[in-house]
Amino acid sequence: MQFNNYAGFFRIIISLILAMCLRIAPWPGDMAAFNPDWVLLFLIYWALAQPEHVGIFHAWVFGILVDVLTGRLLGQYALAYSIIVYICLKLHKRLRQFPFFQQGLFVFFCLLLSQLLLFFVKNLQSPAQLHASFWLPVITGTFCWPIVYGVLRFVRLSRRSN
Amino acid sequence: MIVSVALLLSEHKSSKIDGLRSTLSFFVDPLKYLVDLPNVLVERASNLINSYQVLRKENESLREAYLINQTKMLKFSALENENIRLRALLENSFKLGEQVLVAELLSVNIVPYEHIVVVNKGTRFGVHPQQPVLDSNGVVGQVFRALPFTSEIMLITDPNHAIPVQVNRNGLLTIAVGSGQLNRLLLPYLPSNADIRPGDLLITSGLGGTFPQGYPVAVVDEFTSEPSKAFSNITATPKALLDRSRELMIVWSKSIPVPLISKPIINEVEIKTRAIQ
Repeated sequence: MQFNNYAGFFRIIISLILAMCLRIAPWPGDMAAFNPDWVLLFLIYWALAQPEHVGIFHAWVFGILVDVLTGRLLGQYALAYSIIVYICLKLHKRLRQFPFFQQGLFVFFCLLLSQLLLFFVKNLQSPAQLHASFWLPVITGTFCWPIVYGVLRFVRLSRRSN
Repeated sequence: MIVSVALLLSEHKSSKIDGLRSTLSFFVDPLKYLVDLPNVLVERASNLINSYQVLRKENESLREAYLINQTKMLKFSALENENIRLRALLENSFKLGEQVLVAELLSVNIVPYEHIVVVNKGTRFGVHPQQPVLDSNGVVGQVFRALPFTSEIMLITDPNHAIPVQVNRNGLLTIAVGSGQLNRLLLPYLPSNADIRPGDLLITSGLGGTFPQGYPVAVVDEFTSEPSKAFSNITATPKALLDRSRELMIVWSKSIPVPLISKPIINEVEIKTRAIQ
């Protein structure tokens, strides 16, 4: 049982590392602005599906790693991710009962909140002048949610059948 | 949460936690190489598949280019010596030659809305922030942050970047600001009666100390002068192939100028420039 738990935990870590790779993957030309925040999507999924494995601390650690990876001010992703995961952990029982469409709406607002926090931090740092494309990942992220949900659900359930 | 806010504030105020960043980058930098891996594999595969004839043709053309460059360099060293002598006559100081390191671009995209690229050389190779970066055509940008195994380079077209330039034709000094588009620089600080024409070459002026003097930066675009406005609206196209070149050169410029020229120093300069070649 103990071993099984560790295996599940490693699966989560590996999936999050993959998400970080997707985060910096090169997209052709101007398409880069569409790249959604994969790490946050994966974290939301794991926080909803396995709240006993993913906590605020994990979200914070991965946030710091993403900060270093993308060369941002240290701590801004950590702040955003830990807040979002906190909300998910608080609401996970209710959210699991929601129909799929409402879950999507919830994810949309989570992504929007995280992007707002990032915008807020950026604005503190220096008066931000951002393109409208700054908000694009929120929309593409919501559209990617069904894919993330499907794939990670498959990963999670395949573990259980083993 | 409190820790992250504290981190945010402390980094905003000072750069003392750079150590933490570089430690964490030990874990994260391998990911950049991992993402770049498919690109490297494709390149190697295409090298394997390349036929003998294609390679021979390429070899020949490269040899030709090398010969031409070599003859140009012959003249260049004579000109350089002459320049040193003339500067000595003017009792002026002369800056020593520069040392370069070839770094390869990692095909990762860390921030979509800023022009920052990642290369595969970091502080382990002595790279430090604010070093100028060139490619074979012109100035690319400067090192923005150096991590142990990679470094982030801000391109000259980044909206937060400005580079002091001068017009090659008449030495007119100005500043070129990034526009956020890869093929455009803005020249917002030129009065409308400035002596600048479409097709003028802009070179680095060496003011500000970051970029060494005399490297090509951009070519002035077509523009229509509007005498009614105080400042004219002029744009320029970067010389460097910002979105195409994969090899970049990170430059160390010697910051200690040689005060006055005497015989042994000329020899030393010659040796150094030869060593760089």
